[in-house]
Amino acid sequence: MNFNAPHIDYAALSPVLALTVGLCVVLLSGVFKPLKRAAPGLTLITLATTAGLLIWRWDNPQDLVSGALRLDDLAISISLIAILTAAFAIFFSTREPAVEEAGSGEYHALLTGSVLGMVLLAQAQNLVTFFVAIETLSIPLYILCATNLRREKSLESGLKYLIVGSLGSATLLYGMAFIYGGSGSTDFAGIAHGIAQKGVLGDPLILIGIAMTAVGLAFKTSIAPFHQWTPDVYEGAPSPITGFMAVATKAAAFAVFIRFFDVALAPQVEDWQPALAVLAAISIVVGNVGALGQDSLKRLLGYSGVAQAGYILGGLVVASEDGVNAIVFYLAAYAFMNLAAFAVVIARERETIFGDDIDAVRGLGAERPQLAWPLTISMLGLAGLPATAGFIGKLYLIEALVEGDYTWLAVFIAVGTMISLAYYLRVVAAMWMRPGGEPVAAPAIAGASPEADPIDPGAGRRLYLVGPALLAAAATVFFGVIPQPLVEFAQHAGASLF
Amino acid sequence: MINSLLWTPLVFGFIGLLMPRRYAGWWATLGTAVTLGLAISMVIGFNSGAGLQDTVDVNWIPGLGVDYSLGVDGLNVFLILLTSVLWVAGTAFAALREQERPHLFFLMMLLGETATLGSFLAQDLLLFVLFFDLMLVPFYFLFGAWGTDREDGPTAAAATLKMIVYTLIGSLLMLVAAIATAIISAQDGGHLTFSIAELAKHPLSEGSQRWIFWFFAAAFLVKMPAFLLHGWMPDAYRAAPLPALAVFSGVLAKVGAYGFLRVVLPLFPAATVEFQEVILVIALASILYGSVMAFTQTNVRLIAGYSSVAQLGFITAGIFALSADGSDGAVLQMINHGLVVAPLFVIVAILAERSGSEDLREMGGMAMKAPVLAALFLIVTLATLAMPGSANFVGEFYILNGLFASKIVFAFVAISGVAMSAYYALRLYQRTMHNRKPAGLESREINLRDGIVLAPLVLCILGLALYPQLILKRTDDAVQTRISAVEKQPQPVTSLAKR
Repeated sequence: MNFNAPHIDYAALSPVLALTVGLCVVLLSGVFKPLKRAAPGLTLITLATTAGLLIWRWDNPQDLVSGALRLDDLAISISLIAILTAAFAIFFSTREPAVEEAGSGEYHALLTGSVLGMVLLAQAQNLVTFFVAIETLSIPLYILCATNLRREKSLESGLKYLIVGSLGSATLLYGMAFIYGGSGSTDFAGIAHGIAQKGVLGDPLILIGIAMTAVGLAFKTSIAPFHQWTPDVYEGAPSPITGFMAVATKAAAFAVFIRFFDVALAPQVEDWQPALAVLAAISIVVGNVGALGQDSLKRLLGYSGVAQAGYILGGLVVASEDGVNAIVFYLAAYAFMNLAAFAVVIARERETIFGDDIDAVRGLGAERPQLAWPLTISMLGLAGLPATAGFIGKLYLIEALVEGDYTWLAVFIAVGTMISLAYYLRVVAAMWMRPGGEPVAAPAIAGASPEADPIDPGAGRRLYLVGPALLAAAATVFFGVIPQPLVEFAQHAGASLF
Repeated sequence: MINSLLWTPLVFGFIGLLMPRRYAGWWATLGTAVTLGLAISMVIGFNSGAGLQDTVDVNWIPGLGVDYSLGVDGLNVFLILLTSVLWVAGTAFAALREQERPHLFFLMMLLGETATLGSFLAQDLLLFVLFFDLMLVPFYFLFGAWGTDREDGPTAAAATLKMIVYTLIGSLLMLVAAIATAIISAQDGGHLTFSIAELAKHPLSEGSQRWIFWFFAAAFLVKMPAFLLHGWMPDAYRAAPLPALAVFSGVLAKVGAYGFLRVVLPLFPAATVEFQEVILVIALASILYGSVMAFTQTNVRLIAGYSSVAQLGFITAGIFALSADGSDGAVLQMINHGLVVAPLFVIVAILAERSGSEDLREMGGMAMKAPVLAALFLIVTLATLAMPGSANFVGEFYILNGLFASKIVFAFVAISGVAMSAYYALRLYQRTMHNRKPAGLESREINLRDGIVLAPLVLCILGLALYPQLILKRTDDAVQTRISAVEKQPQPVTSLAKR
């Protein structure tokens, strides 16, 4: 009997392997008492190793596992964004009640598992790996959302995310089945080949399949009108997890979004382009208008994330190298801006009785400048004001859109940004333009909510919160003034596809 | 040289954060003074025949085609000088008074100066847009955090937000338009560049020029502000702290008018000719509306604010006369207006301190015991109403001259603006300085600390009145090249006002 084992390229698979091994080690660390406190450190080591291995594979694209995965610079850059975000989330989780309740080992193992899903998803170029990766990413997150066991909202958030996420996954899977039926292949290249014969519009099976896949991905990237879960889940989930979800999930889902539409379906670009452009426009309007009335900072960031997803989708619509570059640049900038904001929200959540309400940051400018500055820079950056990476990111996206003859969508981005100023600057105004600190007394129904007492009155001075906040804010400004390194980083991603 | 001019204020601003609170203001004033010194030496070294000079051109974001490119020519050289003069005055005026959170206040003042200088110096379209937007950030903080909340109106934060949203509507559309300009121009062959000089060599098709023109015009008209786009102005002016307002009204409004000359005329000549009359109508509406509002307002800040609307209308009309005289006058008038309106706001601050109110009805009779203040105020007033002998007269004369040559009907309407400016300027002067002194008003002579701020500004007005050629001679070359691009365009067939 002659059996040819497939060639396994261990060097290129090493990042995934490192994460898997790390995941097991972190999980087991929770079992052994002397190692209990080591879980965050072990997770950080795992992430650092993975990042190192990924950087080692930089600029060396290759297909893996019989073409099911592709480790190219797009995959690497998106994975690095996800890993960076996870590392920040680990710092944010220090002394987080959710970690104590869920168990440090389990919490961090789940987080690592989610990162594993993201790294896989960024490489997926086969419907099977695509779906397996997206589930590997999502299932740990469903649990992580509910880890704050004593808070009703956290449980609600986990359940809601589970139900809506499953719906999204089901839609995605259903769509994939149609695509397989229509094209006879699960491989992206095979799908492209299969579709090329009939065209998207010629075969209802494929049309439905593509539409449902797009909907499924829109669920994951929280693009309107499939965003309804976002604000609720963001609000309820433990804040470090919200921050992680807001950035990393979006980045990873956009990676496969790019691979599926801009590569596999590139020849049919004219058929799907208008539909995604309309989705982007709806998302920009819905997200920005929805954020206007929000008092909860996490909900506000959730809606802002919906709008930002709309901007990013614009880069996908044009299906060009510049478009992909712009997406990767924007995702990186978005990661820095959001992480700075979440660090401050978490610090104030623990420090005050207001939770994540906008009141929590009132008068922050005078009281805690080391927190006020990062949040200010983050808000100005998200609003796209100059001297922040957000401005360059918008510039990049608009350039790609105008080049791809989608100037009207570029104008939508401009209009959306105008609306967004109203809520981003509201946060800035609360910090610098209103006196704070007077209402120290607990709300009338004290004791009714577990947040009645500050968890950690000194949280605003903790290095593990202030440090990441300042770091992310500094990166936002740095890449706003000297964007060239990040532009080159993003250009690698685009060059690997086109 | 040009780099140090641009970044000196910001560097001083950051170092100032380390200064003790008491000295933060004086340190900032020193920073603006050093900048003024650099600006003066630049003007002295300026060679009026040499076109763009003192240039810096570095690839900033090669991936996106954006250059860090600065330069000085006849168009911006005096606006830069005006900026640095007014900032010294505004900062010194603020330093003489107790400020809350002085570190941040002066950092924002100096960041504002860098951003404003940057938008005047930028020779790359995208860099211009960037600095244009960046100007908003410090003034957002200055107006919002140090402004006064009104009992019968919006809070300072709300008024400022309104201003930001209004102005950014224009600037964000301008960002899209700027990118579109570069990309469309690169599509006809050639590499992607945002350099204004390069773009001017390959004008876009008329169809593209049309919509891009309006995106730019929107940004500039809001900034001025022009009639119909001035909705942010009353609330923001009433909320703003006066030292910041003096530089804001004195300089930032001019960036809009400057943008027309720097960007719109050379890059979109066909659209400029096509929409000349539309813009002229807006300009005249601004003159009439601004003047009439300035007649009726009782808040002294708003009188100054609405008079600015009228004056900026005049400047816009001068630019869109599309003749060399009109644009020469417009540039001169930008400087004049800046030099007039900034001391006006300083005087408003002084008056408000003495009467405890900013309402005209609660003022009067101030001149009795304060002859020096009254004299300084009178000079400013006479310059505002463009008294013959003042540089403002020369500026308005040039503007009207240009307008008569090209669009005589519009010129006749614009003349009424000259007459009306006499009314509102004198009304402001009389109601505050003459008339009966109301109870509770303290008529006090101007003290030394305010005098050293106000007197140099008034001296600048006087100096320029004696020798306006200082500016005219140096701007003429630059203006001619801008106008010649437009003059090559065929005139549109239908015309509201034929000669």
